[in-house]
Amino acid sequence: MKCRKCGGSAALELRRHNAAFCSPHFVEFFKKQVAEAIHKHRMFTRDEPVLVAVSGGKDSLALWDVLIEDGYRTAGLYLDLGIFDYSRESRARCEAFASARGQKLHVERVAEAVGAPIPEVQKVTRRPTCSACGLSKRYLMNRAALEHGYAVVATGHNLDDEAATLFGSVLHWQTEALPRQSPALASTHAKLARRVKPLYRLSEFETAAYAFLRRIDYIVEECPFAKGATSLAHKEVLNRLEEVSPGAKHNFLFGFLDKARAAFERLEDVQLRECSACGQVTTGEICAFCKLAAQVKRRTGPSSAAPSMVE
Amino acid sequence: MKVILRNPRREIEVSGKRRVKELLLELDIPAGTVLVIRGDELLTGDTVVGDEDVLEVRPVMSGGGA
Repeated sequence: MKCRKCGGSAALELRRHNAAFCSPHFVEFFKKQVAEAIHKHRMFTRDEPVLVAVSGGKDSLALWDVLIEDGYRTAGLYLDLGIFDYSRESRARCEAFASARGQKLHVERVAEAVGAPIPEVQKVTRRPTCSACGLSKRYLMNRAALEHGYAVVATGHNLDDEAATLFGSVLHWQTEALPRQSPALASTHAKLARRVKPLYRLSEFETAAYAFLRRIDYIVEECPFAKGATSLAHKEVLNRLEEVSPGAKHNFLFGFLDKARAAFERLEDVQLRECSACGQVTTGEICAFCKLAAQVKRRTGPSSAAPSMVE
Repeated sequence: MKVILRNPRREIEVSGKRRVKELLLELDIPAGTVLVIRGDELLTGDTVVGDEDVLEVRPVMSGGGA
């Protein structure tokens, strides 16, 4: 198999693009896709510091690598979920990555913010682990951005992540979720950082290949709580479709973004306010994170008394 | 050849020459869901591998819905 650009030996084939690339030309292709995403959605400028949420996995470290290589001003944010060896190893990879490149890495411990590590939160609240984890991540990412002075948070969501989320929303016709599915969510409140996904044009295979070819030491092991997650089942279904119809995931996601999303956006009319407990942005009196923290405190604390402000 | 699979990590022995895409088909692994690695190189589906090779089949899927 030959590289589309130089005719040399190809390192990988991208069936959805009907193309193959050698290592240097694939890295070039990858960077161009990220640059196009940033430009098309006006994600951030070269003057703006960007907080990159990193997990130690291939996507977020690949994203951070591209942004550093392209000269953006970045810092990392690692959220320590307290998931046993998995969190210890993923944090070590983020720290090593940041140290080797002379980048600042902010670390936030979920246990300090919510009152218990994620495995304990799951036990005491009986919420699906990924739900409590996702809620905590979104909250802490925004809080960290505000505290450290970043107007924008970049995450490593890729094309497969976005297609699987869209698939889940459509499968259950969660029309309220559809307007929020976007490569870039603008700040709609003074206390809300912009959220962007510069890898949304790139598949999981492509981010893994980039991380490998760039010799990024990422954590290959899966989160122990991901097994059986619905989003992974959605990804598997889409992967089977992709196998018989290359480009299916791309067409599904990009077709939605180009042709359908705007129709659902008009339906959304959300009034934002500040949580009366923590001051972060929410739609109700008390934000979902404070409710979660209160629930954890009530069920893990020495007494059964709950904080009255968030009841 | 020795084939190292991940999540969970395990090793299997496969004998005889074949193309990478044929190996993945035998293992019921959809192309595009794994990197096939030999040493420090990625292998494309048309690469022929044989008994002396040590391959890592590394999944690319991640996430849990957060």
